Amino acid sequence: MRRIISVLMENAPGALSRVVGLFSQRGYNIESLTVAPTEDPTLSRLTLTTLGDDHKIEQITKHLNKLIDVVKLVDLTEGAHIERELMLIKVKASGAQRAEVKRCVDIFRGQIIDVTSSLYTIQITGASEKLDAFLLAVGDAAIIEVVRSGVSGISRGEKVLSL
Amino acid sequence: MLSGGDMLIRALKDEGVEYIFGYPGGAALHIYDAIFRQNDVKHILVRHEQGATHAADGYSRATGRVGTVLVTSGPGATNAITGIATAYMDSIPMVVISGQVQSHLIGEDAFQETDMVGISRPIVKHSFMIKHQSEIAETVKKAYYIAATGRPGPVVIDVPKDLTHPAFTFPYEYPDKIKLRSYTPATRGHAGQIKKAVQLLLGAKRPMIYTGGGVVQGNASELLVQLVDTLDYPVTNTLMGLGAYPGTGKRFLGMLGMHGTFEANTAMHHSDVILAVGARFDDRVTNTVSKFCPNAKIIHVDIDPASISKTVTADVPIVGSVESVLTDMLALIKDSSEKPDSEAITAWWKQINEWRERHGLQHKARFDTTSDKIKPQEVIQAIWDVTKGDAYVTSDVGQHQMFTAQYYLFDKPRRWINSGGLGTMGFGLPAAMGVQMAYRDATVVCVTGEGSIQMCIQELSCCTQYHLPVKVICLNNQALGMVRQWQDMQYAGRYAESLYEDSLPDFVKLAEAYGHVGIRVTKKEELRAKLEECFALKDRVVFMDIMVDQSEHVYPMHVAPNGSMRDMLLSKTERT
Repeated sequence: MRRIISVLMENAPGALSRVVGLFSQRGYNIESLTVAPTEDPTLSRLTLTTLGDDHKIEQITKHLNKLIDVVKLVDLTEGAHIERELMLIKVKASGAQRAEVKRCVDIFRGQIIDVTSSLYTIQITGASEKLDAFLLAVGDAAIIEVVRSGVSGISRGEKVLSL
Repeated sequence: MLSGGDMLIRALKDEGVEYIFGYPGGAALHIYDAIFRQNDVKHILVRHEQGATHAADGYSRATGRVGTVLVTSGPGATNAITGIATAYMDSIPMVVISGQVQSHLIGEDAFQETDMVGISRPIVKHSFMIKHQSEIAETVKKAYYIAATGRPGPVVIDVPKDLTHPAFTFPYEYPDKIKLRSYTPATRGHAGQIKKAVQLLLGAKRPMIYTGGGVVQGNASELLVQLVDTLDYPVTNTLMGLGAYPGTGKRFLGMLGMHGTFEANTAMHHSDVILAVGARFDDRVTNTVSKFCPNAKIIHVDIDPASISKTVTADVPIVGSVESVLTDMLALIKDSSEKPDSEAITAWWKQINEWRERHGLQHKARFDTTSDKIKPQEVIQAIWDVTKGDAYVTSDVGQHQMFTAQYYLFDKPRRWINSGGLGTMGFGLPAAMGVQMAYRDATVVCVTGEGSIQMCIQELSCCTQYHLPVKVICLNNQALGMVRQWQDMQYAGRYAESLYEDSLPDFVKLAEAYGHVGIRVTKKEELRAKLEECFALKDRVVFMDIMVDQSEHVYPMHVAPNGSMRDMLLSKTERT
C-alpha cells in the first residue's frame, strides 16, 4: 500500500543522508521524496512516499523516529489529508495538435508557462493520480520531457505537525 | 581560552573519561599534543585501530561506562569501522573521535581523507562533524549522552585538523546538561501494558522468561533474579544476556537459540507465555520465525520500539527501560491477589527437569570423555574450575565462543564479553585488554581459536606496554572450526579454505617474542595442571596453546532451514 510519511527534522548537514540511508540500508523503497526548510529555518519538512504493508510501515516509522535528527513524523495516509505534486512538462504542440494540447491543459487546470513554435511547457499541480492521468491524456508520443516534484502533503482540519 | 585540541581533551576529562584507546596520525596530531600536555585522561596506544575500538568496547561492556576511541583520518578511521559495527550490533555505548583533513581540503581527495561520517553512517547511533571550535564542548556532551542513553550505541565525532590547531583559542565551557528536542529516549513503560503483562504472566501454565543483552546493559540483573525467584519460573538467556541470571542457578535453563541447550529451546517451544526482556528475537535465537513457539503469548519489554514486533509479533509490547519495567512488574506481582498456578508450574518444572536429564549439557557429559584427545568443552570446564567461575571472559568468534557460552557458567552480569551480533573474529584479545584496564587486579581470560587470534594478535604488544596480564586460551584445532563444522554438515566434508596446511606459527615462541609466557598443552592429563600454572602467573600475559580435537562439533544445533525452536541436532548421530 502506498503511504505518505511526513517528517519534521533538524535542518542540519547529514540529516537527509541519514533518512535516505536508512531506506537503502533496510531495504525499504522510496517512491518520491521532497525536502525543504520550514518557516523555522532550523527545521526541514520532508515528505516521502513509500510502498509497504502495515508491518513494514510500522518498522519504517519506528526507525525514522530513532534517527536523532528526526523531531516528529506522521503517516499522512492514516487520516484525512491533502496531497499535491507539481509537474513541469514539455509537450509537442504543432499543427492541429496545438489546440488539442491547449484544451487538455484547460481540462486539467494546468497552465502553459512557456511556448515556442513547436512546443508548450506546461505546469500542472494536483494529486499524483491527476498528473498520471494528464500524462495519459497527452500521450507518450507528444511528451518530450517530464519533471515531477514528488509528493507534498498536509493533514486536513485542525491536525498539524509542528514542534 | 583553549585551542580546539585542548578543548576536546578537556571535554573528555569533564565528561569523566579515564581512558582513550587510540592510534595517532597526521590529522589527529594536534589532539595528541593536547593529550601529551595533561595527565587526567590516559591514552592507551593499541597496534591497530580495530584493536582500539574493541578495547574500548570491552571496557564498556565490563564497566557499563562509555568507551572512548581516538583515531586519525583515512585509514585510521576505516580501520575503526569493524569495531564500531561490532559495538553497534550489540548496543554498546562508545564515542569514536576521528581526525579529519583540514576543512578547506574536505572533498578534494586530500591525503588520508575519507568521508568518516558517511562511511560510518549505517553503523552508528549518531555522528557529528565539527564545523567550529565553539561547538566542541557541546558536541562532546551530546555524543556521550546519546551513546549512553536509550538503546546505547556508538557515536562518531569527526574533527577537521584546522579546528584543533593550537594557534586559535576560544572560550571553553562544558555544559552541565544537554537537551535535544529530537531525542527523548523512553524511560518508563506504559502502566496499563505492564498490568496486562503481569496478568498474563500470573495466569501462565508453561511460562518462560527469555532475556537478552538489554538486562545486562540496563543493569537490571538483580531485578531479573528477584522476578524469576519470586515467580519460580524458568529462565533462559541469549548469548548476549548470559550472566544476567546466575548460570549456576537452578531456575536457569542455559542459553537458548542455535546452540542453546535442549531444555531451553524445548521449553521455549512448548511455553504458553514468554516474557522477553531486553532481547530482540534474533534469527540465531528464533530459528524459523513462522514456527517460533506456536502456542506462546509474547510479552516483549525493550527500550527500543523498533525491536518490538520486528521479527516476532508481540502480544503485549512494552517500550521502556528494562530496569523500570521490571521494578513496576515486581511491585504489581507483590500486590496482586493472584498467584502463579502452583500446580501447573510444578508440572512444568517436572517436565523441564525430565528434559534436562535427557539431554541437558550440565546433567552429564555430552561429549566423549574417554577420548585421548583434548575436548574443547573440557578445556572450558577446566577454566571454570580453575578460575572458580569468577573471571571476566572474552571470546572471539566460532566454536570456542559457543563452547564458552555453553560451559562457562556466568553467575554475574558483565563477565561474559563477546561479539554476539556482528560476530567479529579478532574481538577477544583487545576486548580483554579493555577489561583489564578497567579492573587491573581481575582475572581476565580471552578464549580464542588459532583462527580468530591471528586477526588481532598484534595487540599482544599492547599488553606488554601497559602490563595487561590477560590470559589467552587458544583452543587450537588447526582449522576454522565452525566453518569446518558447517562444511562437514552441509558440504560433505569439502573443507574449502578452512585448513592452514601446516602454516600456523609456533604460538609459544610468538608469545615469548612479545615478552610473554607461552604454554603448549598436547596431552589431556596435563590440561588442569598447565591451566593452574597459567592462572598462577598473575602478573604475566600467558598464551595457552591447547591442541584440541579437530573433529568436535558444537551441539545442540538448531535444524535449519525450516526448523522450529525444538528441532535440534544433539550430536553427530542424534536429533530431536
